[in-house]
Amino acid sequence: MEIRSRGIRKSIVSERHYRDRTSILVGEHFWQGDIAIAEGAIAADCRFFAGYPITPASEIAERMSLRLPFIGGVYIQLEDELASMAAILGASWTGTKAMTATSGPGLSLMLENFGLGIMTETPCVIVNVQRGSPSTGLPTFFGQADMMQARWGSHGDYEVIALAPSSAQECFDFTITAFNLSEKYRLPVFILTDGLVGHMTEKVVVPSPSEIKVFGRRKTKKPPQEYLPYEPEADLVPQMANFGEGYRLHTTGLTHDERGYPDMTIGTQDRLIRRLMNKIRQNADDIIIVEEKDIEDADVVVVSYGVTSRVVPSAVEKAKRDGIKIGQLRLITVWPFPEKRISELSEKVKAWVVPEINLGQIVREVERSVGKRSKVALVSHAGGDVHDPEDIYKVIKEVIQ
Amino acid sequence: MNEMNNRIPEHPLEQYLRMDRIPHIWCSGCGLGTEITCFMKAIEEADISPDKIVVVSGIGCSGRIAGYMKFDSFHTTHGRAVPFATGVKLANPELTVIVFSGDGDLFSIGGNHFIHAARRNVDIKVFCVNNFIYGMTGGQVAPTTPLHAKTSTSPYGCFEPPFNLPYLAESSGAVYVARWTPLHIRRLTHSMSEAIAKKGFSFIEMVSPCPTVYSRYNRLGDGLDMIKYYRENSRIENGADTKSIPLEIGKEIVVGKFVDIEKPTFLDYQTAQVEKNEAKM
Repeated sequence: MEIRSRGIRKSIVSERHYRDRTSILVGEHFWQGDIAIAEGAIAADCRFFAGYPITPASEIAERMSLRLPFIGGVYIQLEDELASMAAILGASWTGTKAMTATSGPGLSLMLENFGLGIMTETPCVIVNVQRGSPSTGLPTFFGQADMMQARWGSHGDYEVIALAPSSAQECFDFTITAFNLSEKYRLPVFILTDGLVGHMTEKVVVPSPSEIKVFGRRKTKKPPQEYLPYEPEADLVPQMANFGEGYRLHTTGLTHDERGYPDMTIGTQDRLIRRLMNKIRQNADDIIIVEEKDIEDADVVVVSYGVTSRVVPSAVEKAKRDGIKIGQLRLITVWPFPEKRISELSEKVKAWVVPEINLGQIVREVERSVGKRSKVALVSHAGGDVHDPEDIYKVIKEVIQ
Repeated sequence: MNEMNNRIPEHPLEQYLRMDRIPHIWCSGCGLGTEITCFMKAIEEADISPDKIVVVSGIGCSGRIAGYMKFDSFHTTHGRAVPFATGVKLANPELTVIVFSGDGDLFSIGGNHFIHAARRNVDIKVFCVNNFIYGMTGGQVAPTTPLHAKTSTSPYGCFEPPFNLPYLAESSGAVYVARWTPLHIRRLTHSMSEAIAKKGFSFIEMVSPCPTVYSRYNRLGDGLDMIKYYRENSRIENGADTKSIPLEIGKEIVVGKFVDIEKPTFLDYQTAQVEKNEAKM
């Protein structure tokens, strides 16, 4: 096949490979979550991967190193996560969709240039296959304790988008969504999964390319002399020009004006930071995805995300048998947090139960959204395993009494 | 003849400068002005469309270079210019990617990235402005500060041995290594042209005056005094053994082109490896 080696020898951003979808492995597969993430990225047109080995995320890099060279892409293992994050930003500015994958310790390093990605509005995807933490923690086990790190880990004020898959199928599907959101809103988007989902092997159905919706780059139609790199559209997102197309644009991590030039004044700082925040806040309804079950007339609602959502149903079923009116709300996008929806529901819901594999992170967001209107209870777990459904059931019983 | 043709250019190389950002922030007597002029001349001589050039900088005085160059230009975070440039080059090999940054950025916080990019022979050009000090933050000691030199954080004299940059670059795998000063305008320009045309990881060290900080701490005079110093103390020795040319206080500055070899790049190796596998399938 000509397409296979053509990519690397010539430019990998050739028109051909964007049209060519033979890279999508249509059909049913038995894949690990990590593999499904790599395949989801490829299906979303990702053609550049830079990373550094780390348990339990290494399988993503391994899969990309196997696949990318034959579909016109480039895989590079860099010297560390600082470099990996910098490299995917660089690749993205050539118009190539790019991804990196890591676990907590690596994410700590990537958050440096994640901030640069936020400031320069660079589309890309960062996968965090969470392990038990802090520090080296439990490398071969899993946790959900990096939720707030992803939200606040880089310095400064910003908004983030993060998706939390709970199965191998969702690893595939949500990775495509992550790429689409990153292109649409121009920022690095997180996939916050964990070592259990990443290493769990399940059935994954890859649909035909025509059923996969891929959001392309928001490229400017203006000629170079009229183009301002940071002039926002109506949804507050500026259109992009790629390196090498004659725009000769400047981009900086410094506070900058619409031309992309450094302008370290209070007025420009105010305009820029408010826009960067508001492009997510004002479009939150378009970004936020939650899954609700039996929520109408529920007295108790269990809020969960990621792998914990796999444990919740058995606790809920048991509570239902006791006659408790109980619903489930699952966060598919953890960030931005669906505060509006939870606030609305708090008018009727008497109590909220939040199981998570940490000692209380997302529960704070639920408390903030609920206010004093109803009870909020955490079911904590320090990491290394999922909850015993019995523990969740007990808390459900307690809060309703 | 229309009005445009009669216009006297504001700068002879204005097509490569963001004139709407001039005047720049650099001090008078700084080497950066001369060095970017040499760079623009090298670009003018090169057979490359300015639209296909990407300039990447890190943080610091030299980090601001990207902001004044009218190419696709990116001002990255501290130390990360080299991996950013690696991503640009690998994702679009048609582009000529130049990292223009300082000694602290490239060899302290970015040191690991530098040696690995050289080892892999990624086809990027690294032009290092070595002024022996962290200028923008007020003159702190750097991994290039010569032994015994004074800085704001080595008030009794520097007690750490510095890197010998050409030696580090060569031993890490660079295919082109040179060192010049802003005195050597013609040779530096020529060297930049060669590096730009060269396929593979190319490195040029520019020994640079910092009259505001380094020279003041070490009583070396102003920018002109430093150029005089370079004239009296530098010696051209092309092909010199890079191990033998460290920069030491009171010793001569050996300049020249030290390394110019051919080696497959990262993408050459990757393509060959993939093709070998494909043939087996």
